[in-house]
Amino acid sequence: MTDDAAVVEVRKLWSVFQVAGREIVVHKDLDLTIKRGELVSLVGGSGSGKTVMLRTILGLEVPARGSVSVLGRPAEQLSDHGAASRVGMLFQHGALFSAFSVLDNIAFPLRELRVLPADLIRDAALVKLQMVGLDVVHAHKMPADLSGGMIKRVALARALIMDPPLLLLDEPTAGLDPDSADAFCALIRSLHRELGLTVVMVTHDLDTLFELSTRVAVLADKHMIVHGAPKDVIAFPHPFIHDFFLGERGQRAMELLREYPFAV
Amino acid sequence: MAWLAGRIAVVTMQASNKTVGESVPTIQRQSGTDASSVTLGGCWSAAAMAQPVVWDGLRGRLTALVSEVGQRGRWDLRGVDRLDHTGAQLLWNAWGRVWPAEVLALPAQRAMLDRVARYSVGPPKPQRRGLWQRFLGLGELVYQVVDHGRDLVRLVGQLLLDLMRLARSPKDGPWRDVSGHLYRIGATALPITALVGFLIGVVLAYLMAQQLRKFGADAFIVDVLGIALIRELGPVLAAILIAGRSGSAITAQIGVMRVTEELDAMRVMGISQGYRLVMPRALAMAVAMPLVSVWTTVAALFGGILASDLVMGISPTYFLSALPTAVQVSNLTLALGKSAVFGVMIAVIACHFGLRIKPNTESLGEGTTASVVTSITAVLLADALFAVVFKDVGI
Repeated sequence: MTDDAAVVEVRKLWSVFQVAGREIVVHKDLDLTIKRGELVSLVGGSGSGKTVMLRTILGLEVPARGSVSVLGRPAEQLSDHGAASRVGMLFQHGALFSAFSVLDNIAFPLRELRVLPADLIRDAALVKLQMVGLDVVHAHKMPADLSGGMIKRVALARALIMDPPLLLLDEPTAGLDPDSADAFCALIRSLHRELGLTVVMVTHDLDTLFELSTRVAVLADKHMIVHGAPKDVIAFPHPFIHDFFLGERGQRAMELLREYPFAV
Repeated sequence: MAWLAGRIAVVTMQASNKTVGESVPTIQRQSGTDASSVTLGGCWSAAAMAQPVVWDGLRGRLTALVSEVGQRGRWDLRGVDRLDHTGAQLLWNAWGRVWPAEVLALPAQRAMLDRVARYSVGPPKPQRRGLWQRFLGLGELVYQVVDHGRDLVRLVGQLLLDLMRLARSPKDGPWRDVSGHLYRIGATALPITALVGFLIGVVLAYLMAQQLRKFGADAFIVDVLGIALIRELGPVLAAILIAGRSGSAITAQIGVMRVTEELDAMRVMGISQGYRLVMPRALAMAVAMPLVSVWTTVAALFGGILASDLVMGISPTYFLSALPTAVQVSNLTLALGKSAVFGVMIAVIACHFGLRIKPNTESLGEGTTASVVTSITAVLLADALFAVVFKDVGI
């Protein structure tokens, strides 16, 4: 595979839902290509189908029409055996198994292979735990005893346990205080750099968006209206983009862009 | 956000991130002059190693080579297609967590090994409980029981206060809630209670018929079935079914409200949990339980009549005309009173366990189980108490 190979390729996607007998079209003829090593933010108003997009990439939703291929294979096959080695997903609320300790949560995908010895799995899980910036003393805690930021970190460690090349994040900084959110952004950026990950994230947080994204994809009117570098996306003439990026909140976040020009 | 200034924009890629069709990890020792050199190849990733055949061979070979070559060996990783953290961990552990004399690796592989080396620590000690701790745990258990008792008493007291408040201004009562619970606890339970009651009636009639025939006392089937079903089995069966069905539902419902912080939201708004959650359920149970109990009894009697007709030739007409003389009306009153008490008990116990649930899913499961077990036990205990206290009534 060459460096500019497409990790995620969405072609002419239609997402249709049946709600109370009515058909609701969420995506219409949507195209999206995500290349290796990119850090793409999916942006859109509420109800524009960002999370549906993420779930479709994961193979949790089957497209009504069109095709979605991930790592060169149809998305529906993604959740077959050994899925954890192909894609990692960080759910919005962590989705940690509440019956397991932190260490067992992280080790779970490796244990389920039922081949590797327990001590190797434990060591691998402990390494991942520290890679996401947590101390080993937290290893035996239960998810109920963790703070929101720690839950996200543990969930990230679990998503990365088998070193998948593709990482999906659903609202990675939602529900975190600004300091934790900044620290979490820094963590994602360093992991993206060190592990050469391809990252797709859904976010509403403009700070996160401008800090992390190498590319931004905007969903509106059932289409991907623009997909490009943050600077180009802001310049695109569309009412949603104008409201989203150039409102008061957007102006504040854009200060980042001017201060740190390489983010563009 | 000054720390942002230090960020590095260049994204370095890993040598290869192939995941589709991963090759088998290989390891071999160079022959000839370079005997202390070990060459690795293939995919050293969790997915590739985690096949039983591959793993068994690989592990044996790796430990053998480490002991042969020792720390002075030269390890060549450059031929490896993909090395992930699990693979790096395997190597690092095999090396005894010390760098060998020479490791030839690509930059990305070196970084991977460095990370594993930096973060490899001994396993954290799980906290073991000493003898003293266990002794204290015993005391904690006693405290827990006391705590349950105190909570229950408080709940019952609050229920009484809420009922008094309702009696003072019945117009402001949560009647919509009550009617909703009545429907869910009572009406929707009718099919299952009828089925179970009917089957029990048939079974009881069949068994009794054989025993009574021995004594030639066929006609007494009416007395036996009448007393057993109306006084005991009808109310108890209905109570056990409702405890399993609605008791668990109430606990889970309130428990989920705890998990989703709805209970806290209610408290913040100044809405009494006892008045809006516990009392409507207790009221609905107190009304629905006697009705369901009568319904179950009728279904059981119907089964009994059918079976008596088939097995003993006792006609339904005779059965129904003999029933009023065999069973005094006070039995029916007792059964109704008992059922109402069972209903309130089930509701209070279910609410009690629901309100004690902690905001996690495990606690939800435990609470629901405990609620059903406790309410069924309590129903049977109360039934025994009723049997002793009212032993002179109706028989």
